Amino acid sequence: MGRLSGPLHDVAQDAGYEQPPPRMGFFTDTSVCIGCKACEVACKEWNEVPEDGYLLTGMSYDNTQALSASTWRHVAFVEKADGPALTDLGMPGVGLPGAATAGTVHEDQETASGDSAVRWLMSSDVCKHCTHAACLDVCPTGSLFRTEFGTVVVQPDICNGCGYCIPACPYGVIGKREDDGRAFKCTLCYDRLKEGQKPACAQACPTESIQFGELDVLRERADARLAELHAQGVEVAQLYGRDPEDGVGGDGAFFLLLDEPEVYGLPPDPVVTTRDLGSMWRHVGAAAAVLVGVGIASFAGKRG
Amino acid sequence: MVDFLGWPLVRQLTGADRLGRGAAAQSPRSRDLEPRTRSADRVVDSVCPFCAVGCGQKVFVKDGRVVQIEGNPASPISRGRLCPKGSASKQLVTSPTRVTTVRYRRPHGTEWEDLDLDTAVDMIADRVIATRRQFWRWEDEQGRRTRHTTGFASLGGATLDNEENYLMKKLYTALGAIQIENQARI
Amino acid sequence: MDLQNADCILIEGSNMAEAHPVGFQWVMEAKKRGATVIHVDPRFTRTSAVADLHVPIRAGSDIAFLGGLVNHVLSNDLDFREYVVAYTNAANIITEDFADTEDLEGLFSGWDPETKRYDPVSWHYEPPARMSDDDVANIEDVQDGEPVSHEAAQSDTHGSGGSPLPWKGRRDETLQHPRCVFQILKRHFARYTPHMVEETCGIPASEFAKVADALVANSGRERTTAFCYAVGWTHHSTGAQMIRTSAILQTLLGNIGRPGGGILALRGHASIQGSTDIPTLFNILPGYIPMPLAPLHQSLDAWVEDDEGKAGFWGNIRSYSVSLLKAYWGDAATAENDFCFDYLPRLTGDHSTYATVKSMIDGGCKGYFIVGENPAVGSANGKMQRLGMANLDWLVVRDLQMIESATFWKDGPEIETGELVTEEIGTEVFFLPAATHVEKSGSFTQTQRMLQWRDKAVEPPGDCRSELQFYVDLGNRIREKLADSTDEMDAPVLELAWDYPVDETGEPDGESVLREVNGTGPDGAVSSYLDLKPDGSTACGCWIYAGVYADEVNQARRRKPHWEQDQVAAEWGWVWPANRRILYNRASAAPDGTPWSERKKYVWWDPEQGRWVGKDVPDFVPDRAPDHTPAPDAHGPDAIGGQDPFVMQTDGKAWLFAPLGVADGPLPAHYEPAESPVANPLYPVQSNPGRRSLKTPSNPINPSRSEVFPYVFTTYRLTEHHTAGGMSRTLPYLTELQPEPFCEVSPRLARERGLVHGEWATIISARTAIEARVLVTDRLRSLRLGDRFVEQVGLPYHWGGNGLSTGDSANDLVNVTMDPNVFIQDKVGTCDVQPGRRPRGPALVEYVAQYRRRAGVPEEGDL
Repeated sequence: MGRLSGPLHDVAQDAGYEQPPPRMGFFTDTSVCIGCKACEVACKEWNEVPEDGYLLTGMSYDNTQALSASTWRHVAFVEKADGPALTDLGMPGVGLPGAATAGTVHEDQETASGDSAVRWLMSSDVCKHCTHAACLDVCPTGSLFRTEFGTVVVQPDICNGCGYCIPACPYGVIGKREDDGRAFKCTLCYDRLKEGQKPACAQACPTESIQFGELDVLRERADARLAELHAQGVEVAQLYGRDPEDGVGGDGAFFLLLDEPEVYGLPPDPVVTTRDLGSMWRHVGAAAAVLVGVGIASFAGKRG
Repeated sequence: MVDFLGWPLVRQLTGADRLGRGAAAQSPRSRDLEPRTRSADRVVDSVCPFCAVGCGQKVFVKDGRVVQIEGNPASPISRGRLCPKGSASKQLVTSPTRVTTVRYRRPHGTEWEDLDLDTAVDMIADRVIATRRQFWRWEDEQGRRTRHTTGFASLGGATLDNEENYLMKKLYTALGAIQIENQARI
Repeated sequence: MDLQNADCILIEGSNMAEAHPVGFQWVMEAKKRGATVIHVDPRFTRTSAVADLHVPIRAGSDIAFLGGLVNHVLSNDLDFREYVVAYTNAANIITEDFADTEDLEGLFSGWDPETKRYDPVSWHYEPPARMSDDDVANIEDVQDGEPVSHEAAQSDTHGSGGSPLPWKGRRDETLQHPRCVFQILKRHFARYTPHMVEETCGIPASEFAKVADALVANSGRERTTAFCYAVGWTHHSTGAQMIRTSAILQTLLGNIGRPGGGILALRGHASIQGSTDIPTLFNILPGYIPMPLAPLHQSLDAWVEDDEGKAGFWGNIRSYSVSLLKAYWGDAATAENDFCFDYLPRLTGDHSTYATVKSMIDGGCKGYFIVGENPAVGSANGKMQRLGMANLDWLVVRDLQMIESATFWKDGPEIETGELVTEEIGTEVFFLPAATHVEKSGSFTQTQRMLQWRDKAVEPPGDCRSELQFYVDLGNRIREKLADSTDEMDAPVLELAWDYPVDETGEPDGESVLREVNGTGPDGAVSSYLDLKPDGSTACGCWIYAGVYADEVNQARRRKPHWEQDQVAAEWGWVWPANRRILYNRASAAPDGTPWSERKKYVWWDPEQGRWVGKDVPDFVPDRAPDHTPAPDAHGPDAIGGQDPFVMQTDGKAWLFAPLGVADGPLPAHYEPAESPVANPLYPVQSNPGRRSLKTPSNPINPSRSEVFPYVFTTYRLTEHHTAGGMSRTLPYLTELQPEPFCEVSPRLARERGLVHGEWATIISARTAIEARVLVTDRLRSLRLGDRFVEQVGLPYHWGGNGLSTGDSANDLVNVTMDPNVFIQDKVGTCDVQPGRRPRGPALVEYVAQYRRRAGVPEEGDL
């Protein structure tokens, strides 16, 4: 109970829920992402997230730059020269689903102009809803908490804007809204989940790049998809955040990537920043005492 | 009355969530949270107004206001999905920069002025009648009957309903107006 | 939806993943099932990123590429021969007088250099050896009577049906006769070799071969290939012929009328299909019935004569036309007065939008309704649009937001340059706020001809009103004001059937209008266009929509979830005609009526029942046996043979060769865009000889092969925005995703001109110069054409002066040179690109004038 690292069979039960529903999550298959950003907009419309500034970044078609307090889904665009070699397309049905960007690379198409062939990778990033979520572990107010679905949610009625969670996140997901003072991030549409609805982004996604469901089922589906791609020769395909043995105990939102994580701006080997907190277990009592104060202050504030 | 037993700390210290990261930390808001679509007065079936794919939309209305627009899973065309534009439909409808009153610019004017809707439509009707007559042609150069006017034109229709296009073309044709066009030409 | 059944999908002239993301799910679905997806496009886009193959192509050279594929199929005998012989006009023999571009150095026979028009008489079928009396009469018509019109405006009027042909013609089904269509096609396309494709399109032979092999391998009895296009084909001065080339190719491969086949026009606006079917277009009436032309149509009889009685469903044109007149003028329309035919205005030429704008500039048109459009940003040559609007007496703009077309007098680009002065603009402007899609009920027709009804969710705010209410109201007021008139010109207005019930808010009942569109007879709403009569006993607002209100039920409002239906989902919405999902689907069966294959089974003949059956509504006379031969004197649908799947064509066959009805030739030929950096590699004729130009000083054209304008530009959409931007630049959630105009250039072009990623560039044409931020990207390729490179500049066109993000409008660069069939303009042109921002104010005008002088552009426009 209360583990801070390593594999964890049932995060919700570990967080004190008796007979919780299955752990829910996202599997984002970037091999079918068309970079439309419907996820970004659907998320904002549902969660009433404010716009995040009008800035042409020059980073390909990415003008929202990164996940932040006001961008809970973010589509990364990576233009990458020189993809893997082409597979023969002459016969029916030998296309390369997903990694098909490879199809643009042909020696005889190279020109003397110095232009190089390109792959255009797109990936919709989101909060990983880690099995071991450092943001939650460090939150002194109990604002960040584990829901019965195993997801990690900021409670805006509790958050006091201390900001401890921000550096704690190994992915740089969570941020503070400056005009508001509080921290915000993806809730995996906690309210919708309670009604058995899909999160807004997964509902909108035109190509099922964003898949929502029971994490166990998604993991099986992802494994099958990966095997399929490997069988088609897309060796570069890999799963990210799928492994319960990884530094965060596996992600509740994991990905199929068509290149190394760094290419997408993802840390290659994320580690829960509170992994060593376990050794401080004996200090928990003290920590709890702190929590008492904050908790009461917080409630008093609300009542006032 | 405050239910002290419901306080997170008390729950934490007495329940299974000893680290206070889960059930014990759940706030009243979180506990009672429900999707705002649940309290909608009605859900109305619609179709996305942007491109021509024709994605199904469900429009959630509460107190006479649109509170959410999302894809309709039942549609065999879209299966509940929407692109970023379709996903922004609520913003389209509720946009604070929408113009909701008639604006009028008099000839050679430098600023907009207010104008009553009823007056505006009446003025437009007068101008249609006058311009139509001014540019009316019964015959072409060879004396063949034309029965038309080139005095005024119309552009638009591709974002409108079939019923609207039908009445536009019907009225214009009866008026003898022929320069009737829409985005399909552009 | 049917795209998911394709084995190969060729997307060309469309950036489907970006412009139609949700429709693209069906491409991804097909891909999941193993289909090959090919994207042919000047740019590497989000569509290319998930395609199996991206083939970069020089903008505007699509006929050369597709023609190369046609040549590949024909010269290697790779066509679906059984389909081609039975279902197309490949076997038809063309008159001896026909001469091809091969014979006439890039022109077809019938060219009149004076009028710059073709007389298509030499393109006709040779008469059959045995002729019926009707055939003989028809020949005499053609020989002695008024010649069949070949005014360009006419060709589009047969957009859905093909032009009427007087006879089925003589056929040689061995395809050996030297003058048969098949042999003519072979000779015509022989010069479209892979080498020529490379020289013209910049596509290496090896890439071309990959596409050719994929198409051929995925066509035939067992497999089908689908094509998707959009305005990447239509927006060219050869646009109609680009689409025709694809139709020829798809027909030769046997991919029309079959599941997973076809050619999909991906249309860009919610009801742009509907606004074509029930047109707000100058040359047609509802259901593609042509507007009468003053020189030809001075009576009901003359109006319907071309089509009446000819084989196929167009043969019933009198029923459709009379029923329309009854819907318009109700009881006033009687047999005695030709059903008020005379109340229809007659056309005297080109009254399309660009000709009209020129007329505004010239003072010939003084009033303008702009309804849900933004021509100041969305139409080609924005300056021309604004100069036209500035010369009006009055302008009505109906929109949701304050768009540029409503504010040009205040803050348009010409105000900045001093070309227009606010106080000197006499245009009276009415801005009337409109209702959104959720504030009114009504139907949209989407891109696959499906009508879907929307229910009203909320009341529109303030003065916002639906167009339905505005036009009913406007019509009522005009009729009231004219009520006492005895002037003959007012009779059509006063006698108009214009009695629409309104609710307490003044909103008319949209369903009553839909019912009028559907049509009514003595027994109420009609069930199909077969119910329509020529005697005035039926009224129908749009014959192809007949059935949408069958059984007095709004069929467009059907919403049976897809999981309760089969894949065809026939109980969701309503598809014209007759709720038929795939057109010409009789071709999904072999001539004998059996499916071509189990895998591609769709509609077939059931000899037991003596009917066509299958997954869809058969697009055929339901009980017409495959071996049926019509009687020689049969008319209309009765004249359709059992093996004539193309029931809207007068000969029931797919036209590989168009004996009539296409303004710029019976076969496609590659011509360069009006502005091109290269000489036409295929013919001595540089640009489409039949192209339509606008001779006005505000529409100067860059000379071809100009060193002053060495680059190609092409304009396009982004996923995150909607056309002219009024519905997207005004929304924060979309604006933040693409907050500024940009131009995309290749690294080579960036080096050549010193362009820096993220900084500014100025793009110059003879019309104007605009500025945009620079994206240097490998996604734009330098194309090698022989010994030179062609550079292409990509320009999204969504921006203007208003909204949350602003910027120069790319359409201001575009010239107006139009396709002669449909009067749609080129979207490509030539330009120069320079680093840095453009000059401001009057200096901009002088800057562009200097360019024109250097390039030798005539000051009077394209003369």
